[in-house]
Amino acid sequence: MNLDIAASIGQATIARVQVIGRSGVFLFFAFFLAFRPPYRIFRLIKEIEFVGSKSFLIVFVTALFTGMVLGLQGYHTLTQFGAQALLGSAVALSIIRELGPVLCALMVTGRAGSAIAAEIGIMRITDQFPALEMMAIDPVKYVISPKILAGIISLPLLTAFFDVVGIMGGYLVGVQLLGVNQGAYFGKMITAVTFADIYGGMIKSLCFGLLITWISCFMGFCAKPTTEGVSRATTRAVVVSSVSILVVDYILTSLLL
Amino acid sequence: MIRVENLVKTYGSTVACNRLNCRFDAKKVTVILGGSGSGKTTLLRQITGLEKPDSGSVFFDDMDLTRASKKDLYKKRKKMGMLFQGSALFNYLNIFENIAFPLREHTRIAENVIKNIVTMKLEMVGLRGNEHLMPSQLSGGMMKRVGLARAIVMDPKVIFYDEPTSGLDPISTGVIGKLIRDLNVKLDITTVVVSHDIASSFKIADKIIILYFGDIIAQGTVDQIKNSTDERVQQFITGSPEGPIPFTRTDTNYVEALLADTDKSMEKMS
Repeated sequence: MNLDIAASIGQATIARVQVIGRSGVFLFFAFFLAFRPPYRIFRLIKEIEFVGSKSFLIVFVTALFTGMVLGLQGYHTLTQFGAQALLGSAVALSIIRELGPVLCALMVTGRAGSAIAAEIGIMRITDQFPALEMMAIDPVKYVISPKILAGIISLPLLTAFFDVVGIMGGYLVGVQLLGVNQGAYFGKMITAVTFADIYGGMIKSLCFGLLITWISCFMGFCAKPTTEGVSRATTRAVVVSSVSILVVDYILTSLLL
Repeated sequence: MIRVENLVKTYGSTVACNRLNCRFDAKKVTVILGGSGSGKTTLLRQITGLEKPDSGSVFFDDMDLTRASKKDLYKKRKKMGMLFQGSALFNYLNIFENIAFPLREHTRIAENVIKNIVTMKLEMVGLRGNEHLMPSQLSGGMMKRVGLARAIVMDPKVIFYDEPTSGLDPISTGVIGKLIRDLNVKLDITTVVVSHDIASSFKIADKIIILYFGDIIAQGTVDQIKNSTDERVQQFITGSPEGPIPFTRTDTNYVEALLADTDKSMEKMS
């Protein structure tokens, strides 16, 4: 009985390690092939449009309300200590260091990550990968590499956009609604936020961009060629990406502090 | 043109190809026939290099594809076209873009010339004027014809068809069958068809190979196959439920299995 349990745990562990190994090889080939000719710039631009441009609205709304909530909560907390003037720096540091990269990545996971996994899964079901192979086109280079590069390029840009909109959300509530001094809001912000904060946030968003597209592409690529397989791959892509973002965020924060 | 030697492919304990030897002659139509699970599609995937066999060789123009590098394999694939069972059209591209896709990827032909080539190929499959439609707007037969136009757009030397008539109505089946034969004659293409459709296969084939659970049980011209004395071949051709090919594939005895289940239930109840 105990042996059976140990054996099943061992098998499950081996299976997990194999999946991690395969995903590593998958990423390696996607990168390796991305920098080998022929270069497909239009494919890359199209993917940036899908992952980046089409996420603008959802990122805008999320950033605006995150900034507004931070402005509201921050104001009421700081008022207790008579430190309302620090609202700008509190909002900016929270958003630039943590909330911007993390929330932006979670939003992109929900919108683009799930769509990427579903698209690749459906391509598998409908034999589009073998069709590319038969046309002497490498499916990993043609389909996967541009998506991963698009994630790495788009996420830092979206995060920068999130940071600006979030700070403006805090400004709307703190300065325009609750009457914090405008000069204090931006002045304290400028002195509190260092280049290292912005740099750290960008490093995080770059890693998250890679994680989201890598995990979503891999889940779609490994989906069982059934409708249930695709639906599972989509769910897994979102769940694994979201959890990985939070775990990697902790690791990066501890390294960057 | 294509030669298969001692090809073996297994999936776990299932032998999909059991030391197969056959050849596909240049400019001829060869049909691989067999029931479901007989190993037809597996054989096709080994021939095209989509899967690696466990052992054996596939020679294409005297190059062993099973040992070829990816670069060499892709070079040979530019001489191949394939129509997939589900057509495998790119659902984000319209008909024109689907057919133009290989040309845009592999050549530097000007757009106006690509337009002419696509129009010619669409005319061949009887779909000229439908360039703007998306794959989701097409019927099964139309999708197969678009897939066929895409497969021949690079003027391949060999074309592979995986179940080209499955799921089609009798008229579409006839149209696809005629297209396969016409393209073979007009373009001098070596043609390999995987099918279980006896009637249309007999109409188009120069040579037929019959597979049965991973073994080749007959190969020859249509007349030779029709006159085969092998009972399995005759049962397959006539579609008779009675004969050496069993309907069920389970090894266990049906009555014994039922009684065993009943005994187990009784034991649990007592």
